[in-house]
Amino acid sequence: MNFFIEVLAGGLLAGVMYSLVALGFVIIFKASGVFNFAQGSLVFFAALTFVSLLERGWNLWLALAVTLIAMVLLGILIERTVLRPLVNQPPITLLMATIGLTFVLEGLSQILWGSQPHGLELGIPDVPIEWLSEKWNINISQFDLFAAFVAGVLVAVLAVLFQKTRIGRALRAVADDHQAALAVGIPLQHIWAIVWAVAGFVALVAGVMWGVRNGVQYALTFTALKALPVLILGGFESIAGAIVGGLIIGASEKLAEVYLGPYVGGGIESWFAYVVALLFLLVRPEGLFGEKIIDRV
Amino acid sequence: MLYREAGQFKSTYAEDQQIFPILQDRVAMAALLVVAFVVVPLIGNQYWLSAILTPFLVLALATLGLNILTGYAGQLSLGTAAFMAVGAFMAYNAMLRIPHMPILGAFIIGGLCAAAVGVVFGLPSLRIKGLYLAVATLACQFFVLWAINRIGWFSNHSSSGVISAQRIEILGFPVEHSQGKYLLTLSIVAVMALAAKNLMRSETGRAFMAIRDMDVAASVIGIPMMKTKLLAFAISSFYCGVAGALYAFCYLGTVEPEAFTLDLSFRVLFMVIIGGVGSILGSFLGAAFITLFPIFLNIATKSLETALGIEISHALVSNAEAIIFGGLIIFFLIVEPNGLARLWQITKEKLRLWPFPH
Repeated sequence: MNFFIEVLAGGLLAGVMYSLVALGFVIIFKASGVFNFAQGSLVFFAALTFVSLLERGWNLWLALAVTLIAMVLLGILIERTVLRPLVNQPPITLLMATIGLTFVLEGLSQILWGSQPHGLELGIPDVPIEWLSEKWNINISQFDLFAAFVAGVLVAVLAVLFQKTRIGRALRAVADDHQAALAVGIPLQHIWAIVWAVAGFVALVAGVMWGVRNGVQYALTFTALKALPVLILGGFESIAGAIVGGLIIGASEKLAEVYLGPYVGGGIESWFAYVVALLFLLVRPEGLFGEKIIDRV
Repeated sequence: MLYREAGQFKSTYAEDQQIFPILQDRVAMAALLVVAFVVVPLIGNQYWLSAILTPFLVLALATLGLNILTGYAGQLSLGTAAFMAVGAFMAYNAMLRIPHMPILGAFIIGGLCAAAVGVVFGLPSLRIKGLYLAVATLACQFFVLWAINRIGWFSNHSSSGVISAQRIEILGFPVEHSQGKYLLTLSIVAVMALAAKNLMRSETGRAFMAIRDMDVAASVIGIPMMKTKLLAFAISSFYCGVAGALYAFCYLGTVEPEAFTLDLSFRVLFMVIIGGVGSILGSFLGAAFITLFPIFLNIATKSLETALGIEISHALVSNAEAIIFGGLIIFFLIVEPNGLARLWQITKEKLRLWPFPH
């Protein structure tokens, strides 16, 4: 039983990490209807910039601030050069454009900072919490809890931004209907720039968290692919969905690996999440919290 | 000779419906085939034949397969490499396990198995589309590679995972040299391209396009949605499967899962976009562009190095290549969403009018 709880908790906390990446997707999709395949490389770019600045002896907060500014600028630049010319194109075209963007960002970040993997330390040790392991013999990493805390704060901040501020109202208006938002005088292009900047910020948070966990390396870009089943489960438009979807995917993946894995030779983590998402799609195509689209063929 | 159809009268339906209605096109195509089948093997050196032209043809076939699915039937797929892997491994196993298996039969078996896998992973397309379907095909990509890696039967329990493909023999003649492999690939690709061209002009192809353009309208006019979508997946995967078998047998010489990563899926998708979505010719143009482009870039950096007297690191070149690739994708999507095939079409329209401006 202890072991089960440990695996479950580990899975849930790993799921939080997926949620962090998935959040970036949701924010952009909500506001512009673009499925941003490049979110993973944004995460990679942010983490690599941050860690490279740290390694050059910069102060932690200074490095964080500079990286944040870089991400915001990058987001605005992407909106300008890639998405503005593609307004009103079908979603598939936009998806393919962001796949192209992925290659550009990956090449760019490796030209700027080199391609060797980096370790990242924030001063929070990735070790089991002592009193938990002593008392109940359950190993839960301190860092995982910290990541969950960060994700919670991030969601709270985003919720306030989306629900309580003037910008948030504009964002939701744009998400609902581009044309109506334009008609009441919301500057669409500013809004999209803001959205991409926020997505850049989320990418930075996700990148730092993943960087501490697995080191900053090229494989980070693949985390984006893991976020896809999370999105399908949670729905593309829901911030809460990204969190819940992440938790479900993380937990089911770990449980499957531990309990089913031995029967089929292990390594099923690479595809199990997708199959869960796929089965889920057949039952509920719009996801747990997604907007219901009546679209029968 | 001026390039236009004026004066070329059609007196039978067959003449009216031929693939190249203009005489000059037919002559050009025949000349192209003669060059490809006779001149190139005679004058091409081994490097060009085995390292450039063969992979170009194989990838063109895979692109053709994806184009049938994405370009004609409108179902986005990110699992091309998985279908290719199924084709390659099943062709290998057919050669291994069935005595006296002719190589072409093995290729066909590989293609058919890929088609079966394609149908299974195409099933979600009946309920979902667009982005969601892309994720479903992504699942196929990861699942198939995992299965091939883990299940020993596929690789005949080879410990390294890298197995060398069997020797190719056709009617008792061994196909060993780069010329032979090139000619074999070329023949298969030519036949399948012709088949695809004709298929897309037939009722099936038009049903695909109807579904791509508007699925509700298509089902209203009586196109069976399930059958047509699954057929699109099957045909597309068959092409990809044969391409995968050719990739392993004629180009790599080995059968290994590492050759069929997600990266390859993306590359094939890029070939479709750059070449032209929904165009047979575009598949070849896109494949040629993406195969030749790194070589061109290599030559460019070499000459830049000698001209400036500096050394450019290999990592920089490969990263620059990624940036330029990605940039080109975005550029094409913005400027010419219909790709190189559309540019060719515009050129042809200009040629018809030449030398008059209108």
